Amino acid sequence: MQVVQTDIVVVGGGGAGLSAAIAASERDPKLRIALVSKVVPMRSHTVAAEGGAAGVTRDEDSLEHHFNDTVSGGDWLCDQDVVEYFVAHCTEELIRLEHWGCPWSRKPGGHVNTRFFGGMTVQRTWFAADRSGFHILHTLFQTSLKYPSIKRYDEFFCTELIVEDGRVRGVLAIEIATGETFLFECAAAILCTGGAGRVYRQNTNAGTVTGDGMGLAFRAGAPLRDMEFMQWHPTCLPGTGILMTEACRGEGAILVNKDGYRYLQDYGLGPLDPWPRAKAMELGPRDRLSQAFWHEQRKGRTVETPQGSAVLLDLRHLGAKKIHERVPLITEAAQTFAGVDAVKEPIPVCPAVHYTMGGIYTNARCETPLRGLYAAGECASVGIHGANRLGSNSLAEIVVFGRVAGESAAEYALSPFPVNGNVRGKAEQAANRFLSMLNNEKGERLAVLRDEMRDSMEEGIGIYRKADSISATCAKLAELRARYRRGVKLDDRSRPFNTEWLTAIELGFMLEVAEAMAHGALQRRESRGAHMRLDFEARDDANFLKHSLAHCSGDGAPRIEHRPVTITKSPPKVRHYGGEGKKAVLS
Amino acid sequence: MTRKTISIECLRYHPGTDAAPRYQNYEVPFTDDMSVLQGLQYIKDHLDGSLTFRWSCRMAICGSCGYMVNGVPQLGCQIFLRDYYPRGVRVEPLNHFPIVRDLVIDQSDFLKKLESIKPYLIPKTDPGKGTYLQTPQQMDEYYQYSQCINCLLCYAACPQYGLNPAFTGPAALALLHRYNADSRDAGKAQRMEIVNAEDGVWGCTLVGYCSEVCPKGVDPARAINQNKINSTKDYFQNFLMPWRK
Repeated sequence: MQVVQTDIVVVGGGGAGLSAAIAASERDPKLRIALVSKVVPMRSHTVAAEGGAAGVTRDEDSLEHHFNDTVSGGDWLCDQDVVEYFVAHCTEELIRLEHWGCPWSRKPGGHVNTRFFGGMTVQRTWFAADRSGFHILHTLFQTSLKYPSIKRYDEFFCTELIVEDGRVRGVLAIEIATGETFLFECAAAILCTGGAGRVYRQNTNAGTVTGDGMGLAFRAGAPLRDMEFMQWHPTCLPGTGILMTEACRGEGAILVNKDGYRYLQDYGLGPLDPWPRAKAMELGPRDRLSQAFWHEQRKGRTVETPQGSAVLLDLRHLGAKKIHERVPLITEAAQTFAGVDAVKEPIPVCPAVHYTMGGIYTNARCETPLRGLYAAGECASVGIHGANRLGSNSLAEIVVFGRVAGESAAEYALSPFPVNGNVRGKAEQAANRFLSMLNNEKGERLAVLRDEMRDSMEEGIGIYRKADSISATCAKLAELRARYRRGVKLDDRSRPFNTEWLTAIELGFMLEVAEAMAHGALQRRESRGAHMRLDFEARDDANFLKHSLAHCSGDGAPRIEHRPVTITKSPPKVRHYGGEGKKAVLS
Repeated sequence: MTRKTISIECLRYHPGTDAAPRYQNYEVPFTDDMSVLQGLQYIKDHLDGSLTFRWSCRMAICGSCGYMVNGVPQLGCQIFLRDYYPRGVRVEPLNHFPIVRDLVIDQSDFLKKLESIKPYLIPKTDPGKGTYLQTPQQMDEYYQYSQCINCLLCYAACPQYGLNPAFTGPAALALLHRYNADSRDAGKAQRMEIVNAEDGVWGCTLVGYCSEVCPKGVDPARAINQNKINSTKDYFQNFLMPWRK
């Protein structure tokens, strides 16, 4: 085992990880920062984010509006003190990206342009065509090269946090190219590993989005929060789940069922006119739109495609010029992956798993309850998304809280603490556990376990849930974990670039993260945001205006407890979309 | 959709244990909507877990899944098995790079080149608290060159890179031009040393295949050609005005 001495390990090289590494380096250039990622940073899933990032900039907008849209969008499960900090810092971070070269789309005079997103009172989304995540990621990656104290370890797969004396003291990793194990000895670790959408079958996520960081933290004793809240994006390609950005609707696209009827008006998002208007019809929030699809499907009003049921996303009235200018990636993807020319035909779309609202529990400083461990971005639950994330808040989150995590970890790493215990010994033990997976003579095929997990999650922890189907999924996941422990048999026993081995380790993380989602869902006996219970249809503030925390209990099911939500200035109200409103002008 | 079977022939090579690369054939059932990448995933899941390849976003934006497919550098996620039926398809690692294993190439040389061209804004002035002003016309000057996903298809297409690995190469030179052409940037003088070097733009012989294979329409050949003009101007200005340096 090779040992690398460093001060801060950042796990994950997406938007949050790069922001954290840059912030830590700016706090003190003498800090040694290891940026450890299982892919080269520009391959990280931030790259696939399309629509844009929220930041108050228009005269008619205000931090108050951003706060209220976020809190009501999250069905009052957001920690309002954290949301206040968040909305106050989005714009300055988006400006910083601009100073670093991010090609935000501009108005004719040269100022940055903004567009509508679902659930927004005012146009607030900064965008770089529909490749916003791509440009943010490449800007951050290329800018990070200016900081000599950031040392990259590309294609290193992290397998375990080494905890000694109640503090994180090391990160164990496998160098993918060689299969050698590395111990990064550190004062602080920042997890920026993204979501866990790959626990489902139909999702918008890259193959890498397997909840590794959540699993690392969970096993090390840090709780996962609000894991039952999974976001379905309402407009994705059936089968593959490839994302058709919400920006399509922000630019004026409409959704119709098989009869050409704008069905959203039947689900509390109407009336139709005046259109377009903020927070109504196609500009409603994602949870409501995905739920409306579910009902349309049951009513038999969806279009049937070989890949499954769909409704139609129609951009045609925007005209070829605007379509190519504002959503070029979508136009290209619809053509390549669905064979549809968006200028001439509507695109068949359906909901797919998109974003993990829950994550590693942190406070507003991005500290987890485990000393020395920090988390930011989709893998974390800092408290801004509540029960349903608003589109555009996550790209802002990665820069706002990536920076906070970097600064907090730097402060911690700069303050001395007693160093003792047997970090290397623990790391050796853990490394042997992972290496022994290569020697399994018996066991099941990886894909069998993985597919059963995904199917069971779709079945039991879907857009709508009820006790018996959730319980069935809980039982299935316990069974799959037992089978996983009995062994996965790998075809590939060698160490260099053994992706089958790494996928098997990822599956171990995924099964535990899925279990946290399922048990969180079982115990939340209410409907709120993206968590809809057919057997408890109403929101129940008396009993469930609370976060859920899932604690690891080894081989058993996670222990779930509930904790209060921080309310500062917005007491829970009825969540309201549609209704009266002014016609909005889309520029 | 009817279920057909196609043969996918993959280059296999494990430098630690194999004396030389070999080819292995797999018969893969497929539907018309399956990409070449999905074909490889089918092999990995059901036929042979040891077949090794990179992939991630499967929607042509992360740049991970570049392979030689029937001899042409392409992204595996955006080409479809149906288009190779019934003849079959041969998948090999990208040309001109050392093989780490099977279809996985060593991309470290490219990453060094990317780092070497100073791919970040070197600001003219302190922009203060607001954003820079940049008109859509000013954006047009560099926007196309900012679309590169670093998939390395252009390096696999470039005969010069094949002959001379020191050549900075299409994607890195296009990115260099992206920053030089940005109205917010003042780093051109620093980057011209790289442009002017023997392994800079003058390493290119204008074959133009890089632009042909680019999945994002970046047109690195145009960026390089533009910089030959810049490099020539730079040379003559330095010759005529040596004090300028």
